[in-house]
Amino acid sequence: MPIYVAIRNQPDPVLEGGDVFARNAALALAIATLAACNVAAAQTANQPPDTMAARVEACTPCHGNKGEGTSDVYFPRLAGKPAGYLYNQLLAFKNGRRKYPPMNYLLEFLTDPYLQQMADYFADQHPALPPVVASDASQEVLQRGQSLVTRGDPQRQIPACGSCHGPALTGMEPGIPGLLGLRPNYISAQLGAWRYGTRTAKAPDCMQQVAARLTEEDVTAVAAWLANHPAPVMNAPAPKGTYVLPFACGSEPE
Amino acid sequence: MPSRSPILVLLLWSLFAGSAAEAQQKAGPTSDNIVARGEYLARAGDCIACHTAPEGRTFAGGRAMPTPFGTLYSSNITPDRETGIGKWTAEDFYKAMHTGRFPDGGLMYPAMPFASYTKVTRADSEAIFAYLKSIPPVNQRNREHDLRFPYSNRQLILGWRTLYFNEGEFKPDPTKSAEWNRGAYLVEGLGHCGMCHSPINALGGTAQSDAFKGGLIPMQNWYAPSLTSNREAGLGDWSIQDISDLLQTGVSQRGVVYGPMAEVVHNSLQYLSDEDTRAMAVYLKGISEPSPPPPASSVLPTTESSLLISLGKTVYDKNCASCHGAQGEGKPPHWPPLANNQSIEMQSAVNPIRMVLNGGYPPGTKGNPMPYGMPPFAGLLSDNEVAAVVSYIRTAWGNRGTPVSARDANELRSAPLN
Repeated sequence: MPIYVAIRNQPDPVLEGGDVFARNAALALAIATLAACNVAAAQTANQPPDTMAARVEACTPCHGNKGEGTSDVYFPRLAGKPAGYLYNQLLAFKNGRRKYPPMNYLLEFLTDPYLQQMADYFADQHPALPPVVASDASQEVLQRGQSLVTRGDPQRQIPACGSCHGPALTGMEPGIPGLLGLRPNYISAQLGAWRYGTRTAKAPDCMQQVAARLTEEDVTAVAAWLANHPAPVMNAPAPKGTYVLPFACGSEPE
Repeated sequence: MPSRSPILVLLLWSLFAGSAAEAQQKAGPTSDNIVARGEYLARAGDCIACHTAPEGRTFAGGRAMPTPFGTLYSSNITPDRETGIGKWTAEDFYKAMHTGRFPDGGLMYPAMPFASYTKVTRADSEAIFAYLKSIPPVNQRNREHDLRFPYSNRQLILGWRTLYFNEGEFKPDPTKSAEWNRGAYLVEGLGHCGMCHSPINALGGTAQSDAFKGGLIPMQNWYAPSLTSNREAGLGDWSIQDISDLLQTGVSQRGVVYGPMAEVVHNSLQYLSDEDTRAMAVYLKGISEPSPPPPASSVLPTTESSLLISLGKTVYDKNCASCHGAQGEGKPPHWPPLANNQSIEMQSAVNPIRMVLNGGYPPGTKGNPMPYGMPPFAGLLSDNEVAAVVSYIRTAWGNRGTPVSARDANELRSAPLN
């Protein structure tokens, strides 16, 4: 507080003789402060809650009150996904790289720091995971799905999902999402979009490379098995750097 | 003495804070630095909105601009000598702004708002040019326009220019204040507000007598309300503070901007100085005209209207009242009031219907960095319920709008979102 020191060290005749002025000023300040408090209280009562929950209400019709998802099978759960992954998606929607007009429209004129706050908010939510709905896929399809998810297909250069998304498939901070607790329609729609190049990510676009090697039957099988597989109780994404990725990925900087 | 010092510190601190804020404002438009001034003016002209593609390099162009005549691609205005404006002179740039012609005399399509920029002074044009010359050059070739026959023939622009283009710098009105004239200069010139807020006819032009009378923005299906009629976005009964807040932060006690206007506030208006914002507010308030009588009542039969409105109240109380209030009072500025809100009552119901269907966020701005969003109801409400709730908010609480039909709501479900 250099100003404070300066005042104390230089007794100023005007200031010394200014007791009355100072008292009046103090009184005026006190009154002004009280008045300001009253106005602030009145304004708070008449204002929306100053919370992220109130600010992201626009997200809730499609993603649920706490990002738990809704009955619409194409709208994903957001809660508990790694904040870096959610932020990358918000940026991609804002910039039009990920194309879904209702999302592009909502985010187009928001700032990047605000999108980061939104991502942090949903990453911090932990509503219960939905119960797994019994799959109507055949045992054969589910087995094929399990095989691709857990072992991949080395002959076709398809890595196991778990080699990036984690041994428990719960993802890794900051950028790799978990794969459990999602519905089959959403998973197959996204894998399809990666395959056809309508969903892309920063280069090297590892998901695009992997999905391009999948057939339509692979996609159906993977989606069916993932959706049918219950998430572990400890389903938080693994901390950054827990395991080494098999190849470089633009979404998960080393 | 020690008890008194904190008060002095406080007083001194507020003096300091005051002068720092003043200095910051002065550094804006009045600065001697021509490049800084040009940057400020380029913001006022919102050049970036068209001349930068999503995820693209700043001012390198290439943004697709759909028009009723085909798709135009904006041009590279970085100082790259091969693909940008690196070989242009200040005179070339002024000629482009002022006359809508390339240095070789070729005609620009009027998507470039030269009909507004023609009003920009030579000094301001030179400052913008100095700024553009100072940014990093980007080597990126312009993409060919993709226009349908016969619009691909540039000679047609000559006809358009004869009908709708009046070349000439802004002429101050000596009967008005300096502030009003500054506002007029910004609104009519760099701000190019008339590009959206004037009705556009089938030839893509605006008759001068229709300036700022409002119109549906082609291809976007948002209604840009009249800036002169108080039945629309005329600001005759708004306070200067509320108008300034809306322009600078995107939210105000009277209403909030969404859609294409959110773009303008986000990219351009939030950067204008308090003085320039206030000047625009003074001018905009000044051009509002006495309101014409309300339009004839709804085309819907009375029985259908009253059924809609009673269903609308049910929908409203369930879905909307928690934010917008039982009496449409809202919690401004973040949850806008619907009662006595001109944008709800306008003859065109396009904007309120779109807001119910798609929701929206006001723009993120320095003054409002964490805006509150309106949820989209397209997936939750049927056409009939959308029509009902929009009819309700247009007619409740003394609002003087008219009911809308389920068909009106349905048609906007397919409206483009970006």
